[in-house]
Amino acid sequence: MNPTQRPHEHTHSHEHDHEHAPQAVEDGQSDVDGQQLVDALQAVLIKKGILSAGEVTLEIQNLESPGTHLGAKLVARAWLDPEFRSKLLRNGKDAAAELKIKVGEAQLVVVENTATVHNLIVCTLCSCYPRSILGQPPSWYVSKAYRARAVREPAAVLAEFGLDVAADVQISVHDSNADMRFLVLPQRPANTDGLSEESLTKLVTRDCMIGVSKALDIPMNFTR
Amino acid sequence: MTLKNANQTQLRFKARDPVLVLDMDKAGHVRTPFYVRRKIGEVIDFRGYFLNPEELSIGNTAGPAVALYRVRFMMKDLWPNYNLDRTDVLCIEVYDHWLAPIANDEARP
Repeated sequence: MNPTQRPHEHTHSHEHDHEHAPQAVEDGQSDVDGQQLVDALQAVLIKKGILSAGEVTLEIQNLESPGTHLGAKLVARAWLDPEFRSKLLRNGKDAAAELKIKVGEAQLVVVENTATVHNLIVCTLCSCYPRSILGQPPSWYVSKAYRARAVREPAAVLAEFGLDVAADVQISVHDSNADMRFLVLPQRPANTDGLSEESLTKLVTRDCMIGVSKALDIPMNFTR
Repeated sequence: MTLKNANQTQLRFKARDPVLVLDMDKAGHVRTPFYVRRKIGEVIDFRGYFLNPEELSIGNTAGPAVALYRVRFMMKDLWPNYNLDRTDVLCIEVYDHWLAPIANDEARP
């Protein structure tokens, strides 16, 4: 193991739980050392009766069960309900709780896109992400290229995602480097007046809640 | 985990205060990336007290909890040759002990 190349290989859970970038995404091959370490640790913990294999499986299931529909619901409700929008921007975790959505992270900071500000989320140090409401991050979010470039040349990165941000629109990049987790509240697409919350959620993609795209426009053949 | 302010210490910074990010020679699980060190930014807000990750990572879970702020920087102050047509900003979380106060006139020469 080369400690200079793999500073974050330890797999213990800190109390506030920074997620660490999977090495598979970093170097294009599976992290055999890390996997052996985890397997050995798990075997010891099970042997000592500290946890069971079933508990490990259940925990993996819990980690993987949240999906983007939870974040989308927060966004759609905020578009429809100005009072909820204010609450969401003030305290994302408490607002989510009102919709029975549990934010597992310490705090959820919701940042709002406007005609003059476009927000973008990145974790330069590892892969911090609002997993309890968006699920697991896409592989590009964890890649070193995205993590390095999103803070250095965000306009160029967004252009590669197909989003041109005019020079008079301020890009606000949020490095999710510590205890906060961030969610972008995208702008509501045009011509969506009268749409139900359920219909609106279909326009809210994972990517627009990270800030690399806008919410979807309603398709031409959309029936209200 | 958000903690109560165990020591009832006074917060050192408030929103819009100019601050300098220190360049401390600390090893281990440090959450202050190099690209903001020695840079001057502006406090956005105070987010609560959290256990210091530098201590947590070596098993010191007893605290004390430290104040966590969000700090905003102009991109052009962080990077050489940033597109000056743009007014982009970078917002990041910084624990109290990585920040130094600076006078307003030093921040905006």
